[in-house]
Amino acid sequence: MESIILFAPLVGAIIGGFGWRIIGEKGAMVLTTGLLFLACALSWIVFLGFDGETQHIQILRWIESGTLATDWSIRLDRLTAIMLIVVTTVSALVHLYSFGYMDHDPQWGEGETYKPRFFAYLSFFTFAMLALVTADNLVQMFFGWEGVGVASYLLIGFYWKKPSAGAAAMKAFIVNRVGDFGFALGIFGLFFLTDSIDFDNVFAAAPMLAETNLSFLWTDWNAANLLAFLLFIGAMGKSAQLLLHTWLPDAMEGPTPVSALIHAATMVTAGVFLVCRMSPLMEYAPAAMNFIIIIGATTAFFAATVGLVQNDIKRVIAYSTCSQLGYMFVAAGAGVYSAAMFHLLTHAFFKAMLFLGAGSVIHAMHHEQDMRNYGGLRKKIPLTFWAMMIGTLAITGVGIPLTTIGFAGFLSKDAIIESAYASGSGYAFWLLVVAACFTSFYSWRLMFLTFYGKPRGDKHTHDHAHESPSVMTIPLGVLAIGAIFSGMVWYGSFFGDHDQVNKFFGIPTHHAEETHGEAPADSHAAADTHAATEEHAAAPAEQPASALEQEAGHEIVEAAKQLAGHAEEAADAAHGAVAEAAEHVAEAADHAAAMVTGDHAATEEHAAAAGDHAPAAMAEAAHGDDAAAHGEDVAHAAAPQGAIFMHPDNHTMDEAHHAPTWVKVSPFIAMLIGFVTAYLFYIVNPSIPGRLAEQQRPLYQFLLNKWYFDEIYDFIFVRPAKWLGAFLWKRGDGNVIDGTINGVAMGIVPFFTRLAGRAQSGYLFHYAFAMVLGIVVLVTWMTITGGGAH
Amino acid sequence: MISADISTVLPEILLAVYAMAALIFAVYTGKDKTTPLLTWATAAVFVVLALWIGLSGDTGATAFNGAFIADGFARFAKVVILISAAAVLIMSQGYMARMNLGRFEYPVLIALSVLGMMMMVSAGDLMALYMGLELQSLALYVVASLRRDSVKSTEAGLKYFVLGALSSGMLLYGASLIYGYTGTTLFSGIIEAAHAGLPLGLLVGLVFLITGLAFKVSAVPFHMWTPDVYEGSPTPVTAFFATAPKMAAMGLFARVLHDAFGHAAQDWGQVVALIALLSMFVGAIAAIGQRNIKRLMAYSSIAHMGFALMGLASGTEAGVQAMLIYMTIYVTMNIGTFAFILSMEKDGKPVVSIDALHMYSRREPIKALAMLVLLFSLAGVPPMVGFFGKLAVLTAAVDAGMTWLAIGGVVASVIGAFYYLRIVFYMYFGDENKAGLDGTMNPVQWAMLMASALIMIVGVVNLFGVEGLAAAAAQTLVH
Repeated sequence: MESIILFAPLVGAIIGGFGWRIIGEKGAMVLTTGLLFLACALSWIVFLGFDGETQHIQILRWIESGTLATDWSIRLDRLTAIMLIVVTTVSALVHLYSFGYMDHDPQWGEGETYKPRFFAYLSFFTFAMLALVTADNLVQMFFGWEGVGVASYLLIGFYWKKPSAGAAAMKAFIVNRVGDFGFALGIFGLFFLTDSIDFDNVFAAAPMLAETNLSFLWTDWNAANLLAFLLFIGAMGKSAQLLLHTWLPDAMEGPTPVSALIHAATMVTAGVFLVCRMSPLMEYAPAAMNFIIIIGATTAFFAATVGLVQNDIKRVIAYSTCSQLGYMFVAAGAGVYSAAMFHLLTHAFFKAMLFLGAGSVIHAMHHEQDMRNYGGLRKKIPLTFWAMMIGTLAITGVGIPLTTIGFAGFLSKDAIIESAYASGSGYAFWLLVVAACFTSFYSWRLMFLTFYGKPRGDKHTHDHAHESPSVMTIPLGVLAIGAIFSGMVWYGSFFGDHDQVNKFFGIPTHHAEETHGEAPADSHAAADTHAATEEHAAAPAEQPASALEQEAGHEIVEAAKQLAGHAEEAADAAHGAVAEAAEHVAEAADHAAAMVTGDHAATEEHAAAAGDHAPAAMAEAAHGDDAAAHGEDVAHAAAPQGAIFMHPDNHTMDEAHHAPTWVKVSPFIAMLIGFVTAYLFYIVNPSIPGRLAEQQRPLYQFLLNKWYFDEIYDFIFVRPAKWLGAFLWKRGDGNVIDGTINGVAMGIVPFFTRLAGRAQSGYLFHYAFAMVLGIVVLVTWMTITGGGAH
Repeated sequence: MISADISTVLPEILLAVYAMAALIFAVYTGKDKTTPLLTWATAAVFVVLALWIGLSGDTGATAFNGAFIADGFARFAKVVILISAAAVLIMSQGYMARMNLGRFEYPVLIALSVLGMMMMVSAGDLMALYMGLELQSLALYVVASLRRDSVKSTEAGLKYFVLGALSSGMLLYGASLIYGYTGTTLFSGIIEAAHAGLPLGLLVGLVFLITGLAFKVSAVPFHMWTPDVYEGSPTPVTAFFATAPKMAAMGLFARVLHDAFGHAAQDWGQVVALIALLSMFVGAIAAIGQRNIKRLMAYSSIAHMGFALMGLASGTEAGVQAMLIYMTIYVTMNIGTFAFILSMEKDGKPVVSIDALHMYSRREPIKALAMLVLLFSLAGVPPMVGFFGKLAVLTAAVDAGMTWLAIGGVVASVIGAFYYLRIVFYMYFGDENKAGLDGTMNPVQWAMLMASALIMIVGVVNLFGVEGLAAAAAQTLVH
């Protein structure tokens, strides 16, 4: 089933893209869309029926080169399942939506076929994105990563007749190259240190990486921090985080469905997905995590400020996307990966809807995108209006404070802000709150400028504004459902109490704070000294006896038993190397069993079973001759279970739950401030914005020009690069290389050719003379240099 | 003892007997009327001998006290010589008949010349060397002026003869010096005598010997006869010049240098490298000015001999192996190319100007394509087989520490690519108005052209195992 999900879009892309002449334009569109809906339906089945246990579905042996041996296989865990539904749902709806939006595109003349190409690109993108999220190793992920990059390039430049679209496509591709360079370096580094690119092996080695130093550039770095940082560089590029964000607003040159699918809901969230996927590594890289928080928070704030003053409807939403991605990174950087994924999920729904809604507005307004020319469209396009309204309510975070009732964005964004507070980064917390205020302002500004007030701009266009066809409004409706309910439905799963979240993500144990029971279960801890194990195991005994504790004890025994089994397996392979570790495991099992004796008959049985296993492992291990080998080998033999990994010392999520009330209410208040300000500015007294812009001219310009990032980059990177390119081309290639070749080919060689022609006089005595001359030269040379042997 | 000797040289004896019998047979029967029969019979004898030699086991036997050596190296060279001579013979039969050149002496002289070549590659003694060389050369002098009524043909024959005599004189002088310093004409004796190092007199003798051999392979600066002789001789003779004798001379070259002076590779390596470098550059540069395809092929062969000598100059077993591979490929390419040149006609008259090839692909796409493959292969463009020949000699040179020579070779091959590619350019993008060639082609020539072109492509797979055979052959030569 998972294979069908993955490959259905590829089949659609190939047949639709190459075979549309056979199956017809309509056929290609229907085929790609149909296959996407199939993938979507299967994805939901997978998601809803998923039990949290990580599965590996091998598809083929992929690379075997030296020590690099890896499969192409699907890693199915909760993260993948979430991404599957996000990607396929939005993609399917965007396919459907494109039926209407791409009909009669003014970029193309009569008789020009562009729709099969568009749908094939969309399907190809979906395949690449699915390859990315289902990857079971880093190279497979990189394949998807680059695949979506290519698809993004093709789709941004879809209107290739427009020079600006071509430039935007190139910009997106090139800026992403910078990020991908970091990503690739990270992969190389991981392979260099762990000799594997499979997630399981890399994750298992993460604790070891935390204690390794790696020499890179001018100095030594902590390997975990450095590699996490490099991977995050990749994430920054793909997710348009500050410094590498400049491509995203320009990417709005692509058709609006593309913006909704790629540049809002799916591809740009790949960076967040990467950080969450690499959580077992990130947890051991505190410095990189701090960096992620800072970049995320700064991006959220920066993009929100720029969004305040943009006039192009799509650019406002683009900056909004950039800003929301910053939120997600803050959550991921704070170590609350589930909150990041939660916002990713809800954001996909409401942001896709906002984009599609904007597309519908643009469609209605004959491809006019400047909001200053909108106004009063509420009555003309009511369905779109209501969809946009729901999207705005969701993104601004409307809900009932201190409850879990509200629009999707309310729950997920509040979760992130609480996490930011709990992470102890006041910087991130305050920036996010201010950004929430700005978000509210620019979202409402968009709504008021577009749907309220008097019609502005071309009267003719306004007269002909019409509601979009149902193929466009139905996707809006479906997404609206997600934008309203997705937060409330899954709040518990993503950001509820520990049991719920752990169960949802398939994490096998309780959090340290509650039971300390993870100690033996976490294979890393098992590698610690005997004393450490004892300490962890002893901790629960001090707690008051309760049903919870009993359950915990039960789990301890279960886990210990599992680990004993592990040790046994490892012992088979590594003999003596694990002797010591096996001993620890056995002891841990004994301790755990002792603690709950008498409470539960079944527990005793388990303990006995664990005890039986452990000596067996020891006996096996005793065969080994290398007694000196330490238990760490065992610890690294297994990766942490579950889709995400939270270090035993990572209590941020719990602390977030216990954040003060003012913290929990703050985003709501920020939202209200934003709303009221926008209402004042654009409904009550529309002259305020203009006057304010006049008064604060420099600030306005600063924001309008997006903090001058493009100009600065142009000065620092683009122009020197162009100059260097021109220099190498004109001077280096043109003058030196071409000049030399031309000189030799057209001057020197023909000269010698003529010379040779003249030497070939036809006279016998000339020929004979040449022979004699030759022999004289050879004999002379031989006399001078030769005969060195005697 | 004598019977063992006889059995070792049996193929050569049979060929000699056949040549003389054929001569008598033709004189006493139909004279020129028997030419077609004799041609095919001679070719058949060549093929049979090639099979015999090729399939017989490697005995490493010597005959006549070491004057004749029948080792793996000789066998390899002989098979190439015999097969290529047979191929050239049968593909020129139609041309000779049409040009009124169907003389019965031609196949007989070719047979005698081939006999000389077989002697050359098997020579184990300076006497045997000279005997083989002269037998080969004398026959070739005659066939060069086969068209007695043509000034150009007779001039070619005469030039070849006079300069050949000069080179023979030098070679003999060198041989006498070597004999004087070592007291023996046997290679095995020379190598023993020279074990401690070469006295200057011996070195001078070696240089003279190399000079004589360099003339036979037409290496610079002893190459000047080549363009004139190639141009003046009847085209089938030119085709023959460009194939079997080159292989034989190169084989002899390797034989002398390794069997008689194997310990002095440092000394002669320098000289051979210099000759190789000059040949490659002169061959590449001078050919650019040629419009006559026969002269062009003459310079082409000079350049190719330079490459083959590069393998020899490295003085290693890998070098000899590379040289053998290179020569085999070169001979194969040349057979195809000359099959095409033989077919170049306009209104029944032979055409030799490359201008006639303008837009040839328009009229004869298949033949043009085959020619394109061959020319690419001659130029050394991958993935044609010709590239792998060049790769082999370049690798050998680099491994022997002669990187400068390899670099020079690459530069020369880039320059040389120009004139091959120019023909391709004419054939595919040329001027329609200048065009003019009849489309007809003798089926034998067509088959040779196609087979040769096909080998250049299919051979990429494993070079038809030539690599391994050449390695085995080289191993028997270099100890």
